[in-house]
Amino acid sequence: MISENIMVAVTTILYMISAVLFIRGIKLLGKADTARKGNRLSSIGMMIAVVTVLLEKEVTSTISNPPLTNAYIWVAAAIALGSIIGAVWAKKVEMTGMPQLVALFNGFGGLSSLLVALTQYMTDKSINIFSSVALGLTIAIGAIAFTGSVVAWGKLSGKMFKKNIAIPGKNVINAIFALIGLGGVVVYSLSIAGIADASVGKIGIIVVSAVYLILGFTMVISIGGGDMPVIISLLNAFSGLAAAFAGLSISNSVLVVSGCLVGTSGLILTLIMCKAMNRTLYALLFGTFGKTSKKGGSGEQKEPKSMSVEDAYLILEAASSVVFIPGYGMAVAQAQHAVKELCDKLEENGAEVSFAIHPVAGRMPGHMNVLLAEANVPYEQLKTADDMNPQMANTDVAIVIGANDVVNPSALDDETSPLYGMPIINAFEARTVFVLKRGKGTGFSGVENPLFTNDNTVMIYGDAKQTVSSLVSEFDEA
Amino acid sequence: MAIGEILLLVFVFVIAGFLGVELISKVPSQLHTPLMSGTNAISGITIVGAISATAVALHTEGMISNICGFAAIVLAAINVVGGYLVTDRMLEMFKKKGDKK
Repeated sequence: MISENIMVAVTTILYMISAVLFIRGIKLLGKADTARKGNRLSSIGMMIAVVTVLLEKEVTSTISNPPLTNAYIWVAAAIALGSIIGAVWAKKVEMTGMPQLVALFNGFGGLSSLLVALTQYMTDKSINIFSSVALGLTIAIGAIAFTGSVVAWGKLSGKMFKKNIAIPGKNVINAIFALIGLGGVVVYSLSIAGIADASVGKIGIIVVSAVYLILGFTMVISIGGGDMPVIISLLNAFSGLAAAFAGLSISNSVLVVSGCLVGTSGLILTLIMCKAMNRTLYALLFGTFGKTSKKGGSGEQKEPKSMSVEDAYLILEAASSVVFIPGYGMAVAQAQHAVKELCDKLEENGAEVSFAIHPVAGRMPGHMNVLLAEANVPYEQLKTADDMNPQMANTDVAIVIGANDVVNPSALDDETSPLYGMPIINAFEARTVFVLKRGKGTGFSGVENPLFTNDNTVMIYGDAKQTVSSLVSEFDEA
Repeated sequence: MAIGEILLLVFVFVIAGFLGVELISKVPSQLHTPLMSGTNAISGITIVGAISATAVALHTEGMISNICGFAAIVLAAINVVGGYLVTDRMLEMFKKKGDKK
């Protein structure tokens, strides 16, 4: 028995070390200089945790079993398979495809927690009431994280669920679903307590699984592409919470610590995103954005002015300060490398160049930063809206590339606009504003953008990448 | 499971929750994506639960639970390995001005 106690002590200490590495890793991940080191620390923590579970009694007791019941064989095969798939996807993904890959990975994490709970349900015959409640909640949260992430993946990659389907009475239906699912958890726990029959408990498990799988689907299907940064980080929080509840259920403290860390940090990130859009999480999940007062503002309609690339070059050539304001359109056009080239040309020409990046530009938190970093734009040049706005009035040219709602001035002054109150980048204050745009449409919210018809705004229609490249070649010819 | 163990788990749960809040406040917006995908990789910690559950399943009769556990490990491994690698790839690109490739 002594040796068993020593093993318990060893595994506990190792789990503790890995939890400390996760905490330290997340902390370092929050600073630019140390972020990479932080990520590596947390991956070491993960490695330690995986090795540690292999030293646990239920695993070691299978070591002399034949292959078919030997846990080490199963685990090695499963980890090898999963690692190869994960590594290949991580290496192959284009930076523009990052949001959907993160969504997909997240969905897998959620599904994994769901399966852990189901496996435990099938095999653990001595489960207590506390664990049974945790098990039921693991299923619920894991299921939402899974189907929600799959829908988000479909929307982001443009493969599926592109339309934001408005389900009539969605909130009522979702609420009923959620309650039915929780009822399933209660029924299952009652069966564990011996009050209900085991077969009734089984129905409870089936109900909670099915209902919450549907709920993840119905919750995310009605959410538009521009709200994706918020939803992805919320789903990330869910998959963390699912892991934490799985930990409560199988009483493993490292799962509880790390899952909960991810859960709350994801929630904070979600709230930061919401704040950047001036919307509450409640309104985003349950509201009907964009349906109200599409025709805000005064009735007069001005035609936006447009300009050729040659004329635009002349203005840029004379500019001494230029600000780029990128949005999702830059990601779609894959224009980040061309933008970097133009940025270099402008700097050679003596202009001061910076990038103003709105927190919710793109489809995931920090999306634009990743794309521009890929194109080798140094991160000191990437400024936040708060840093940039005071200088905007002294800027010669602001170049808006595929951004729309984040530069919409009605967010500041038009109380009837659905965007009213959202912090924006004050592009309109620059002396000249170039708007690179594919066509004359509105942003994801469908709200008119008065910036486009301002006197100091010129539209340059066409594919953003082509427009920027031809500006670069104008500089080359000069 | 004794009541003491349950309460200890709840205690750990609550403390870790508050710790998560403290860790994330004041993160510059350019690090939001790596932070999200890095913590996403950490949520793959469920792999530890998956391994443990699979081992328990192998002690009992029935193939379905074994396969369920196996699938859980595979999915969590994709989440972990893919998540860490993709985060590292992203962070590799964040450079200061003047840094060489």
